[in-house]
Order: sequence, then C-alpha cells, then structure tokens
Amino acid sequence: MAHLLLRQREIPDISELDIYKKNDGFAAFKNAVTKMSPAQVTDVVKNSGLRGRGGAGFPTGMKWAFIDNKNWPHYVVANADESEPGTFKDREIMEGNPFQFLEGLAIASYAVGANVAYVYLRGEFWQLAAFLDEKIAEMEAAGLLGDKLFGGEYSLRIHTHLGAGAYICGEETALLESLEGKRGQPRVRPPFPPAFGLYGKPTVINNVETFANVPLILLKGADWYKSMGTADSAGVKVFSLSGRVRKPGNYELPFGTTFRDLIYTHGGGVQDSRSVKAIMAAGASSSLILVDNDKVLDTPMDYASVRALGADLGSASVIVIDDTVSMDWLVNKTVHFFRHESCGKCTPCREGTYWMSTIIERIHGGEGTTGDVDLLLNVAKQMQGKCLCALGEFSTMAVVSGIERFPQDFRKAVTPAPPLYAMQNAEGADAERV
Amino acid sequence: MLLEKYPEEVKQILSKYPPEGKRSAVMPLLYLAQREEGYLTKSAMQDVAKIVGITETDVAALVGFYTLFHDKKDGKYRMQVCTDLPCALRGADKFLEELCGNLGIKVGETTEDGFITVEAVTCLAGCDKAPMFQTQGPDGIKYHENMTVDRTLELISVLRKSGREVK
Repeated sequence: MAHLLLRQREIPDISELDIYKKNDGFAAFKNAVTKMSPAQVTDVVKNSGLRGRGGAGFPTGMKWAFIDNKNWPHYVVANADESEPGTFKDREIMEGNPFQFLEGLAIASYAVGANVAYVYLRGEFWQLAAFLDEKIAEMEAAGLLGDKLFGGEYSLRIHTHLGAGAYICGEETALLESLEGKRGQPRVRPPFPPAFGLYGKPTVINNVETFANVPLILLKGADWYKSMGTADSAGVKVFSLSGRVRKPGNYELPFGTTFRDLIYTHGGGVQDSRSVKAIMAAGASSSLILVDNDKVLDTPMDYASVRALGADLGSASVIVIDDTVSMDWLVNKTVHFFRHESCGKCTPCREGTYWMSTIIERIHGGEGTTGDVDLLLNVAKQMQGKCLCALGEFSTMAVVSGIERFPQDFRKAVTPAPPLYAMQNAEGADAERV
Repeated sequence: MLLEKYPEEVKQILSKYPPEGKRSAVMPLLYLAQREEGYLTKSAMQDVAKIVGITETDVAALVGFYTLFHDKKDGKYRMQVCTDLPCALRGADKFLEELCGNLGIKVGETTEDGFITVEAVTCLAGCDKAPMFQTQGPDGIKYHENMTVDRTLELISVLRKSGREVK
C-alpha cells in the first residue's frame, strides 16, 4: 500500500508546494473552510477513530470538542518536541511531507476557531524550524495562510517556536509553560488545556503525526480511515524501529501489524542473527516486554493488545533488545535519562530518579547487594501514582518490569545482602537510606 | 546591545506573540544573544530581560533549566553525542570514547585550542542513524548521522580550516 503519511517515499518532491497541491494538497483545508462548519470538521475526525499519536492515544476529535467556546481567543499548538528515546517519526514527517502536517494543523485550527497556531519544536530541530518557516512563507504567498482565506472570513497564522533542550516539554502543559517563556514544568491539572491553555486561553495540542492524518481523513472520509487498523486503534501509524535490528528506521503500517512483521519482514531481523530478548514498545518510557516464546512476537501492535502484555504502545517507538544485553545495563541507561530530564517540580520524581540512579549505578558497577535490588524496586514502586506528570511514572517502568521480568540479570550483578539488612527488610522495616 | 545590534530580528521575534504573551520571546531572544559568543554573558541576559520585561533572575533561571543555553565559554563548536539507550545499542558509547581518545580530552572537556567541546547528551531523535551527534556553534545546530570516528575527525579538520560548517 502506498504511504499515507510518509508520502515522500513514493513522491520524493512532495515537500514542494506545487507537487503537494497536485497530489490533492490543501483540497481538504479549502473544502473545510468554504463548505463545512467547524463542528462538522470535528465530527468527521471524531468518527474516524483517530487517536493522538504522541503516546497517550487520546481520541483527537473528542479533544477538539472539549474546547471552551465561552472563552476566546483559542490557540492550536503542534507538539513537535519529539524527545522520547527511540522516537524519530515526527522529524521525518516534517522533513519529507511538511505541507500535509501544516495542512492538518490548519484544519484543526479552523475546527476550533483558532486564528493563531504555533509549532513547538525541540531546540535541536533548529534546521527543521528554518525549513518549516520557508514552507509557512510559501503558504502565505499562495494565499493558504493569512487574512480572509478563500474569500471568506477565516484568518490563520502559523508560527514556529523553538524549545531549548528539555524532554519534559513534550508533556503538554510543560510545553505551554515553555512556549510562554518559562521553565518547562508541568501544570497541575485540571484545568486541562482545552479550558486553560496557552496564555490561559482554550488550547488544543496535538502531536505532529496526529495532524498529518487529518487532511486525508477529511478528503476520504471517516469510514475509509476506520477501515484500516483495528477496532480499538484505527488507521495507520509510523513505527520507529531502533535497537539491535538490521534495518532500523520508520515504518508506516496499519495498527495491528505484529512485532514479528515489523522486526523481521520490515526491519530485516536482529543483528548477527541473535534472538530477541525484550522489546520496549514506547521508547525508554516502556515496560520491558519479555520475549520468552514465539507468541509474544505474534502480538498485534495496537493499544489494547500491547497493554495485555503488561506494557504500552505509546508513541510506537519499538526498541529491540537482543540476548547480548543485560537489563541492569539497560535500566542504568533509562534511569539516568529520566534523572537528567526530571524537571524538579515534584518531590517524588526529583528525589526518586536521583535515588534510582544512585542505586542502579551501584548495582551495574558490581558494588551492589541483593538488598540494593529490593531497595531499587521499593523506590520505584513508591514513586508510582505520586508524581505530578507522567515523566516520573515512566521512569519507573523499565525498573519495575526489568527487575520483575528479568530477575537473573540483576541477581548476577550483585552479592548477597549483609545479614542485618536482610533481617530488617524481612520485618518490613524501612530500608536504610544509602 | 541586542536591540541596537539586531533591531530587525528582535522586532520579527516579538511580532510572533500577542501583547499578553510578550514573555514568549525570551527563548528566541536568548538564541539570538548566544549566536556570536556561543554563550550568554551577564549583560546579554540583562538585555533580554529588559526587552521582554522580566527580571534578570527569571532569565538566568531559564538559562539554567534548558540545556541548549550556556552561561560559560566553551569550545567554538560543541559536539553533542547522543548516548541514550537506542544509540548505545548501536555503539554510541564506544564511539564517544574513541572520539575523546583521539582528541585527547575527556567527555565534557574542550580541546586545547578552544575549538571543540565534546559532550554526552540525551536523545536527539536520530536513533536509527547512530552513532550520531549534533554540532552547536556559530552557524546554529546541525545533525551528523551514521558517523564514524574517522569521518568525525575529518569534519573537525574541515571546520578548523574553513571556520564554519558546510551544508
């Protein structure tokens, strides 16, 4: 099947405005603005079953419908902060098929009555932001952005805005804080952005890939879109495949494609023909999926099926871990990432990631005891459900699933705990602070 | 003074945001202020604070929070190598170690001539093309992917000769 999002694979010059237009570009936006009401646009997206592609999988049309129509102006923000280890799809969409993303953003803006939209890119996408600025200028020159579009009353401007290196800004309220010129620290919710967003105004925030789906849904209809994927997860998804595979990269496939298909048919199999030991399906935020039998690899990649494995599909960033990798090394990597990226606002995350990194470093460095493994698990579990945003929760996923599903990897890295420590722990006393 | 030096750029940046959102200009202005020296001087931060109408402390808090802003002089070019999990699974740690060995510096250090600082950073969204790094320097931020130590040393020597990045 031809690509729907990564259309540059078949039409290399689709990043040129005239080529994009020749391929139905901006037909959906024009039709929406000239022939549809904003509510009708939202209904089509709602009926398509499109869910947010940034990781949380929230129904997109429902989010748009939540916008508070008693408070104006409204804003739309594209989350282009792509920073999850293992995720590199939005970058390729924006580089290769920028107008489809921008058209989706424009349609969303029309649907919620926003006259200004921002694209918040991570600071590292400095070149990409300059590229998008050119594309936005081309749209303005062609009358696709600006005042009184298509002879009607609707006006829209799109601006890019660069972050400056902070993973947390992918969290939508931290992103808004950052866009407002503050430190990127999450807000207490509720209120959610559709009620209280940018500058305190109703705001819709969606991921780049989510927007890129929208023009085609409007052109071809909700039923067409729903005919792809599974009942729970409609449509296509760009899977970012990385780790120990022969052909890492982005693969656009329908939801419900199996891990085996992705890794072996598309990804060329595991490097050096080793076997798959574990999979992280949602980047470094994932629980580790234990691959101890063939059935696991035959699991369809949709939200519900991956959840049944005790993990999440998230942004579908599939990191393949082979049998040469020890999980104490892996957890050391992920925990250090989260410790570095914790924004410091809430105590469980700030302190928890610090202690987890101290303990796993000791274990991985060969200086830990079995008591340290218990302590690490204890700290991780105490963090769960107590953090202000998902970052803290995510930091515990690989820790808990790693220790519980691959205990031997941690056991071999440590020496037995001293007797006193073991006794205290057995009695349920608080573990001594290290 | 930023405003005197780049009046057009400052005006263009401010025009992106509504009056009630003037503070949004602070990060774009910091990038502008950082362009020439590669780091933010105290007076540059004061300039930005004044343009946006916030305190110097607020500006310093942002500089401390975001990793792409720097408050001290390092190498003219920073080579920021991603060593997160997906890159590490493709040999990023070994690449970084060998690169530093070749340059005779440790991670976080600057070469003697003050030209290159090598840093280990978190995910840059280039996981399928590891080993990879970005350069941050006077010409902005650029990605270098599917790199080897040899090709990186070549890049450094081109940079040293030309003084700038070639596209």
